[in-house]
Amino acid sequence: MISVRLRVNGSEHRRDIEPRLLLVHFLREVCGLTGTHVGCETGICGACTVLVDGSAVKACTLLAAQADGAEITTIEGLATNGHLHPMQDGFWERHGLQCGFCTPGMIMSGVQLLARNAKPTRAEIADAIRGNLCRCTGYTHIIDAIEYAAGRPATGGAR
Amino acid sequence: MYPAPFEYHRPATLDETIALLVQHGDEAKLLAGGHSLIPAMKLRLAVPRFIVDIGRVADLSYIRERGDGFAIGAMTTHYAVESSRMLRERCPLLPETAAHIGDVQVRNRGTIGGSLAHADPASDWPAAILALDAELEIAGPKGRRTVRAEAFFVDLLQTALASDEVLCEIRVPASSRSVAYEKTEQKASGFALAGVAVVVGNLGEVRVGITGVGPKAYRANAVESALRGQAAPTAEAIARAARHAANGVDALGDIHATPEFRVHLAEINTQRALTRAFNAR
Amino acid sequence: MSDPVKSPYIGRALKRVEDPRLVKGLATYTDDLRLPGLLHVCFLRSPHAHARVDRIDTSAARTLPGVVAVLTGADVNEHCGIVPCAAEIPDLKSPRHTVLAGDRVYFVGHPVAVAIAADPYVARDAIDAIEVDYDPLPVVVDPEEAIKAGAPLTHPDLGTNIAFTHHVTGGTDIDDAFRRADKIVKERMVHQRLTPMPIEPRAVVASYHRGDGTLTIWSSTQVPHLVRTLLPGMIAIAENKLRIVAPEVGGGFGAKLQVYAEEALCGHLAMRLGAPVKWIESRRENAAATIHGRDQIGEYEVAVKNDGTILGLKARTVADLGSYCQLLTPAIPTLTGLVLTGCYRIPAIKVDLVGVYTNKMATDAYRGAGRPEATYLIERLMDIVAREVGIDRVELRSKHFPAVADFPFQTACGVTYDSGNYQGTLAKARQLADWDQLVVQRANARAAGRLSGIGMSTYVEICAMGPSKAMPAGGWEWGCVRIEISGKVTAITGVSPHGQGQETSLAQIVADRLGVLIDDVVVLHGDTGVAHYGRDTYGSRGTALGGSALVMCIDKIVAKATTLVAHLLGVTADRVVFADGRFSAPGVERRLSWAELAGEAFIAKNLPPGLEPGLEASSFFEPANFTFPFGTHIVAVDVDRETGKVTINKYVAVDDCGIRINPLLIEGQVQGGIAHSLGQVLFERTVYDENGQLLTGEFMDYAIARAGDIPDYIMGSTVTPSPVNPLGVKGVGEAGTIGATPAIANAVIDALQPLGVRHLDLPLTPERVWRAIQQHSPVAV
Repeated sequence: MISVRLRVNGSEHRRDIEPRLLLVHFLREVCGLTGTHVGCETGICGACTVLVDGSAVKACTLLAAQADGAEITTIEGLATNGHLHPMQDGFWERHGLQCGFCTPGMIMSGVQLLARNAKPTRAEIADAIRGNLCRCTGYTHIIDAIEYAAGRPATGGAR
Repeated sequence: MYPAPFEYHRPATLDETIALLVQHGDEAKLLAGGHSLIPAMKLRLAVPRFIVDIGRVADLSYIRERGDGFAIGAMTTHYAVESSRMLRERCPLLPETAAHIGDVQVRNRGTIGGSLAHADPASDWPAAILALDAELEIAGPKGRRTVRAEAFFVDLLQTALASDEVLCEIRVPASSRSVAYEKTEQKASGFALAGVAVVVGNLGEVRVGITGVGPKAYRANAVESALRGQAAPTAEAIARAARHAANGVDALGDIHATPEFRVHLAEINTQRALTRAFNAR
Repeated sequence: MSDPVKSPYIGRALKRVEDPRLVKGLATYTDDLRLPGLLHVCFLRSPHAHARVDRIDTSAARTLPGVVAVLTGADVNEHCGIVPCAAEIPDLKSPRHTVLAGDRVYFVGHPVAVAIAADPYVARDAIDAIEVDYDPLPVVVDPEEAIKAGAPLTHPDLGTNIAFTHHVTGGTDIDDAFRRADKIVKERMVHQRLTPMPIEPRAVVASYHRGDGTLTIWSSTQVPHLVRTLLPGMIAIAENKLRIVAPEVGGGFGAKLQVYAEEALCGHLAMRLGAPVKWIESRRENAAATIHGRDQIGEYEVAVKNDGTILGLKARTVADLGSYCQLLTPAIPTLTGLVLTGCYRIPAIKVDLVGVYTNKMATDAYRGAGRPEATYLIERLMDIVAREVGIDRVELRSKHFPAVADFPFQTACGVTYDSGNYQGTLAKARQLADWDQLVVQRANARAAGRLSGIGMSTYVEICAMGPSKAMPAGGWEWGCVRIEISGKVTAITGVSPHGQGQETSLAQIVADRLGVLIDDVVVLHGDTGVAHYGRDTYGSRGTALGGSALVMCIDKIVAKATTLVAHLLGVTADRVVFADGRFSAPGVERRLSWAELAGEAFIAKNLPPGLEPGLEASSFFEPANFTFPFGTHIVAVDVDRETGKVTINKYVAVDDCGIRINPLLIEGQVQGGIAHSLGQVLFERTVYDENGQLLTGEFMDYAIARAGDIPDYIMGSTVTPSPVNPLGVKGVGEAGTIGATPAIANAVIDALQPLGVRHLDLPLTPERVWRAIQQHSPVAV
């Protein structure tokens, strides 16, 4: 067993864990944050994408031990004071999701993109979500959603 | 989905790292970014008893000027290389190649050293460091040694690294903009079916590194010879030279591409990379 | 807070009610369930495509700390029955597929043993400690080889690899049609096996309440009601002590229209072990042991006159069913014959189908379920016939369309299309595509030596499954609408959406019909304890049938309310007016809202004699027919001569799904479907090697579309209501996939046509295209 301390969405979690515990399982089981999903085991689908020290990573391909001491943001940490993050708003406005399973990871990749490139082209958006697979939407509405988020500040989720 | 159990070590220094490797030998694996190792462990294709996490080892992640070139720490992420303004200006092949690796999430964690040490025959970095004729610095219990890129890739998934050694640094010369990386992807994984990196030197000398085609990445010496002495080759000369791209290579075949198609892609991508690199002169 | 959105809602691109919980990560998928004492289940699966299981030693696995049990077929099969097949296929030969393998495994991924532990990591460790002695048996993977005498048998005790044969003739005399033809055009086509790959693999949680003997199973399923109906035939639980819940489900596409061994086994384990159990499928398991799609090989013949008139169509098909039957396995290829003639008046058809077993995973319904094969073959044939006869491809199609007035239109396949306007979508698609300009651009490209092509499909498909007479276990749909005392509305549907957005679209329908605010409507689904009846979601039936059932409920409620209002206002019922959510009568000042009526109906102090309290109704909607959405897709592509890479330059989709409840959701369904087609045409294929090893077991080897693969779309629609349900809705969930595949394929082959390429099977990977170019070029490129 090893001791780790991770700060997730602003809250600290200290645990003794088996070193083989994957970060995604730490988040889901130890922190109880089930918004981050598992869709494959070869690190391709991106449903598990979270931000670790501001960088989008696939939480299924990290040991929790590697994230010891890091600041982690999951999908549950995006909305503030009940207001949707602009990226979440964009996905809602533009029907960027259907079954919703890929969505938390997709949103986190969208957040990463806009932090690095505030006004991406559609081609840049498509490239930025290369590591996020969706089988429902066909992606067009997802790109619309991220464009929307790039253009508009949060509006509080009005219909 | 679930790795087998292992004992975990997180050394703070290179010396500690080497000591652990000496102690545990073949039963230990280095954990860099983890994006080759952890998927293999989740499928239980790799079941190391000891994991040596070098993610916190001091001073392994950097991009520095060194002589008239650059020194890149082995733990530098692909993203750091991709976004380095200095490299984009003065060694643009490296950022161009980095942009082809995996996806954003992979590039945020995967490291150039980890990728090179793993030596997947379809990974992107080997083509670039061969074309740049890079030097790789390796640390072991007997001290440091330097290996040229061409000598680093030994066979399928095999490098010149011994089990008690750590790749520390990659040194590359500066280059002009006369560079190119042309890659055809395996559609599912994003790895290379044929990735060709070209560097054209100031006197028109050409170096070509090819990945994805054979059991290891290689310098396309026959292509380079065919263009020797031509500072501004014609399109026909480039096309003729490119046909040597897979000379002597035992091309890989799988459900994604037959050996013949890989050879063909090597030739086409060599032609396209040479064209683009020479046009940038 | 902005003003609430008001009626009318039908036809508006409203944001979805589902989304806030999904975008916040607060929705509950099966793996998100937490129960006290939960145990974790892991399967050991066969690495061999065909082998005897001589010995299984679980002793080491059972001693691992944290392992609760390790069980094999010998321990569980007698308690778990046979995986059911509901297809009504006469004389079907099928193996008895037990939940764990008995003494023989017959596909890679066949579950052999199960480990249960307190921690999923430990359950996985236990799998490694199980020893199995396999004795390999001969393997057969090629379905055409499997039919031949002397082929290795997938199931030796069946004595044959042939599961069934299916012969249909329809319309006029087919032999006469072929005698009268000026030309017989033949082509062989392979509809490759595909892997559905929803991003959420399967997942099951089962919990048994020892106190009252009830079993609850949460499953990532499209069909909670079908599971509830069929599981009692497998495990020892009565139907009325069984509750099935579909929590959020991360995509289905037909792969979760099933009753799977793992569901039955988890239910049994919960009862046997006295603890709740959870099984989460890995992606590798999903690729190997969740149903596959398509997999037909067809030899087709078209009898045609010199002027292009098509007299008849023959299809000889071999369907590779895999190694056993899941719920509808043998039925799926028979659906192809229902829409074989597509949008066209083709007077005579003949179908000869053989269903064959091979050592692979079972095939079953995957987005389109037998109908994409029909649309693909007929649309490819139209292009091939047009070229053979020397007629323009558009003209050949158009001349065979029935006119709008010809509907309901009976086809030689024995179905009657409800409504259609094929000229309408064709004309609109050509206009949106600027067809003439595309032709000019293609000519210019060809003059410059480029490979450039235009493809189209005019498609029709059969969905909104369906009239009960034609369905194996009831095709109706159930709904319930309740006006609560507060005036809020609860609508309960028996369909089970998993991304289709019916919490929104059905609320739009209900809110419009009742004249209430959509924010006051809640739609419940997916839990058999809440939606007592249902036939679930597949076959693009959710809105057409689920919505119609709710409309029936509302009609009953309005009728009951009318009686009550007449009594309260002291008028005769015929004078009561219902408009904008209010009841009134001329000359009477008082107007009654639903809230007021509900109060009256529940508090029940002043009801007319004979009127029951309450303001709720439930209904079963029995459709008189299937529905037939249709459309035209037009695609323009360039093909790189040197690499075989296909680039889509233009994509026009004009789809008619009848009355459009929510255009935003419709667009999402069509685009999602086209992405599946892009995959099928350009890079998707389930691959088994000659030893039956699955080579496409992960996303590393099975490519599905990424964002960068998607072209910009030009999308349009026409609206031809369906006369078959009160909403006029046809359905749209599968239409994109059905219409897009042939349009894209036709474009690529059109690009290669100047080289003399007549047909190429899918997927049109760069290598396949390059090889075709090589074979047909005078000089190697």
